[in-house]
Formats: sequence, C-alpha cells, structure tokens
Amino acid sequence: MQTDETHSTNKLTKNGTDSLNSVNEVRKKVELNIQGLLEAIYHTYGYDFRNYSEAHIKRRVMNRMAMSGIKDITELQAKVLNEEAFASILLQDLSINVTEMFRDPGFYKSLREKVMPILKTYPFIKIWHAGCSTGEEVYSMAIVLQEEGLADRTTIYATDFNQHVLNQGKEGIFSNRLMKEYTANYQLSGGKESFSDYYISDDNNVIMNQSLKNKIVWANHNLVTDSVFAEVNLILCRNVLIYFDRQLQNNVQTLFHNSLMNGGILCLGSKESLRFTDFKDAYAMLDEKQRIFKKKY
Amino acid sequence: MKNYDAIVVGVSSGGLNAMKIMFSLLPADFSIPIIIVQHIGARSENIWIQLFNDKSKLEIKEADEKEKIEKGKIYIAPPNYHLLIEQDKTFSLTVDERVNYSRPSIDVLFETAAEAYQDKLIGVVLTGSNNDGSKGIKRIKECGGLTIVQQPDTAESSYMPESAIATMQPDYILPLEKIIKLLIEIDIKNKNYDEINGQR
Repeated sequence: MQTDETHSTNKLTKNGTDSLNSVNEVRKKVELNIQGLLEAIYHTYGYDFRNYSEAHIKRRVMNRMAMSGIKDITELQAKVLNEEAFASILLQDLSINVTEMFRDPGFYKSLREKVMPILKTYPFIKIWHAGCSTGEEVYSMAIVLQEEGLADRTTIYATDFNQHVLNQGKEGIFSNRLMKEYTANYQLSGGKESFSDYYISDDNNVIMNQSLKNKIVWANHNLVTDSVFAEVNLILCRNVLIYFDRQLQNNVQTLFHNSLMNGGILCLGSKESLRFTDFKDAYAMLDEKQRIFKKKY
Repeated sequence: MKNYDAIVVGVSSGGLNAMKIMFSLLPADFSIPIIIVQHIGARSENIWIQLFNDKSKLEIKEADEKEKIEKGKIYIAPPNYHLLIEQDKTFSLTVDERVNYSRPSIDVLFETAAEAYQDKLIGVVLTGSNNDGSKGIKRIKECGGLTIVQQPDTAESSYMPESAIATMQPDYILPLEKIIKLLIEIDIKNKNYDEINGQR
C-alpha cells in the first residue's frame, strides 16, 4: 500500500488497455440489454420505463439482480417475462415510493399562504396529485384544505400507476415511528392544530381520519401512457419528473398543461423546473423557491 | 498517457473544514470538474455553498437535475436527494431510499460516476464517520479509475477513510494537502495532454 506520491504515476501513462476495452464491451452489452429489458416489460406488461433516467434504472436493476442472485440480464429478462410475481417485484423496484408527510415544510407554508387564497375564489376545487405513491403528501394536502375551510368543496384525485402503493394510500395506515418527524414537518409548515388529532394510533401504526379520506379519490393513472382525465385547478407532482428524461418530462408537462384550467396552479419538486420543456413561458412564477407556477390565461 | 474527465469526492463529518482547505488550495485555472457529496441534514439549505463560493477561486454550485457537467466547476449534491451521473455526463437527482443511512449517498454518486466515466474518473474519500463511499470507490477502481483516500490519522474523522481502505486498495493514501497537490499535478498533465491532442 502506498502512502505517498512516490508511488509511480504509471496509472497515468500505461494501463491494461485490453482489459479496459473488455470492460467497455461488457458495459455496452449491459446497456443494450437494459434497453431490451425495458422494451420487453413495456410490450408484455404495458409499463413504460424506456424514457426513465438510465443511471437510476441501471442501479435498481443491478440491485435486484444482486438481491435475487441473478447473474446476468438475459436471465433476469427471462424471469421477468415468465414469472408475473417476479415482474411485480421488479416493477416495485423501478417505481418511486419514497415520500413523507409535509415533505419540504417550506413548500406547504407557501401552499397555505400563496395558493389557498387563489383556490378560495372558486366554488368547486379539483386537485390532481399525480404520482402520489403511498399518499403521505395527499393526506398533507387534505389537512391543509381542512384547516383552510376548503375541504367541503374540494375533490383530490390521487393517482399512481402502481396499484400496490395506491391500495396502501387508500387504507391510510402509516407507521407510528414516523409521526414524530411528520409532526415536526407539520409544525414547520405553519400547522396550528395538534397533528395527532388527524389520526388514531395504536402501538405500531396510525390510521388517518375518515374525514380526510372522504375528500380523496384514488385512481390508477400512468403519466407515461395515459391521457387527460379531468380539468383541474391544481396539479401537484413532486419529485416524479426528476426520474424522466427530457423528452418524457416534456410529454408529461403537455399532459399537465392540457389538464389545468387557465389560472390553475402547478406544484413541482424543489429541484424540478420547466426550463427544459416547451412550457417555460406558459406559466407565471408564483413562488420560485418552492417551484409553484400559475398557468397563464 | 491518458487524461481524467471528472473528480468525485465523498465527505462526511469534518467535511466543512476539509472542503474549506480544498477550495482554498485549488487554483483559479483548475479545469477538471469536481463533484462532491457531503452528508448534510435533510432540511439544510446548503447555505455554506454561498459562503464558500465567495472565497473560492472556482465556481461552486449545487448540482441541478439534467445539468451538463462542465470544466472548471465544482458541483455539490443538494440535501435530501441522491446525485447520479448519466452516460451523457449530465446529472440526475432521485429521492430513493437512503443508502448507508444517507441521502445524498457517496456510493450512489461514485457507482454511477464510475459507469459514466470508466477509467477517466478520479475518486476521493475524505473524512467521515460512516462507511458510505467504500463500495463506490471499489467500483471506481474496478472500472479503471484513479482512487485516493485521505490518510486516516490526518482526517478529522478517520472511520470513513479506514472503511474505504479495508474494502479496497487505493492508489494513493495521502493527507488532504497532498491530495490537492496531486490533483493539481494531474490537472496540469491533463492540460498538456489536451494541447497535444488539440482537445481544448
């Protein structure tokens, strides 16, 4: 082991060029095979991951192979196509299911202060939460609406392409151990009530109040392959589009633009933007930091 | 003779001091892009970037999704997101599960960077008190990249460098100042290489 730069710099001058070439060959093969795998999944099951971020897909696929003891992508592909149960596991791996209540409290503060006054001007309010996963942020929205006195005239469409997470969201059961963090998020977001009033808990879990659930319609919708289903006042889609390539981001923004009424609100994740889409001039900025946009008339 | 296209750095506890030293020693014409994962609280706003940017000769910025990686810049992973590198040398961000209790995770950056840059990558593991980065730097070595680990007894927290060294055999184990010196030498060689090959 070298502890000083007296170590020769042969790293910089000569190298095992042949072995590196073969590494590159293997890499190209893996990439080609991943594209093939995604094509196969699409044509067999209808789930379209072909325009997802490659680095993300590759990591997820490699992790699954390591966990399930699969040695190459050909074997993985055969298993996916022949075993529906295994395909379902891989689909869970590839979809994005990490979320929390009042994620980014500053966003929910801005939602209360800048967006709710706009929503209050409408007699009926439709909200589309696209890519809602297990629903933590849907319940967060339902709580804000209730506190702002808007719950009675609002419907939230909570959609995801993953039926498994939708079912979980609909049940509204979450682990008790997360509530401390969620309570802190809620308070930072400007929540004035006691957060524990919104759920009933036992030793392990909490179940969200029925009054919150009444306002939510859970539905299966795939952002990549499905189309407009309603005209809405607000679309919330946070930390979903970061997984898509530019082309797919643009397609989904077209879907959002067609689904929003004029003057409607679009909420993206804190690192997401319209910069690389056709819609960067189609919205006015309502809160730049929190990525809240208002569709121009 | 070959050149390097990117440097990835993983740093955890003790990181702010280490980065302060690193940024103060790097010259204004340092060309190889540096991409850093620093473990930081989920609700942190990376305010230190602004503070360091005022003092550094190089531009330091938070990595944006889909942003193209450019020479002469230092990129920092945003809090609460994993930072990944695509084959076309752009950034992706994800909110996937924490890896090694961390988001951003050093392993996630290192492993995807190794895939994207292969043997044109330099990986650096600095001070820290968990084992994030060990798998990633191993992967960089497997792909033919250059691997550097901070000499543990010179690190504010020795655990992360020790863990990396226990996992693989780095090309260099050096105190921080000597790591920077080495990177500057490599950068100068890179520029000569570019000139000879007309790749400026």
